Amino acid sequence: MPKINLTHFEAAILFALFTSIVLGVVTKKTDRERLQYGLYCFGCFVGTVFGLGWLMYLGHG
Amino acid sequence: MAEKVLTPKEPKTPFRVWAPVVALAWLIPGGGHFLQKRPNRGALLLFSVAAMFFFGLVMRGPLFQPQGGDLLTTIIYCGGYIAPIFSGAVYGLTSAFGYSQPDVAGHVHDYGTKFLVAAGLLNVLAIVDAYEIATGKKD
Repeated sequence: MPKINLTHFEAAILFALFTSIVLGVVTKKTDRERLQYGLYCFGCFVGTVFGLGWLMYLGHG
Repeated sequence: MAEKVLTPKEPKTPFRVWAPVVALAWLIPGGGHFLQKRPNRGALLLFSVAAMFFFGLVMRGPLFQPQGGDLLTTIIYCGGYIAPIFSGAVYGLTSAFGYSQPDVAGHVHDYGTKFLVAAGLLNVLAIVDAYEIATGKKD
C-alpha cells in the first residue's frame, strides 16, 4: 500500500474539505443552502486552522 | 386543573421501510441516498467518507483496539474502535485484508487515525440523514 506524507496544513485542509461536504449535504434542505453551508463550514475550519496556528506561534514566543 | 392537550401522534414508519435504507447506508456510504433516488447527495457522501477512510489508510493510521484503564483511555480506545466500524464495507475489507499498523509517534500517523475515526462518524451522519428521508422527516 502506498504511503503519503502530508503536512499539518494539508491534512487539516483535507479533513476540513471532506467534513464540510458531509455537513453541507446532511444538514440543509436545498442545494443552494447545502452549498452555502458547506462553504461556510470549510471557511470556519480554515479560519480556525490559521487562528490557532497564529495563537500557538505567538504563544510560543 | 389544566387540561392536557393531546396532539395526534404521527404514524410510525414501518421497520421494513427504513431498515434496508439504514443497512445499505451503513454498508456503503451514501447507499441509503442512492436507494432513495438521491444520487447526487449519495455520490458526495460516498466520495467524502471513502476518501477520508482512504487517506487514513495511506497515512498509515492505526485502527484502535478496545483497551481498558482509566476512564479517558477507555473512552478513547473503545470509541476509536467502534467509530470506524460505521464506515461499513471499507472497514470490513480493511480488517479482512489484515490491515494493521503499529501506533507510532508522528503527526502523519496521528492524522491517519483521526481520518479513520472521522470517516466512520461522518457515515453515522449520513445514516441518520438516510433514515430521516426514509421516515419522511426530511426531503
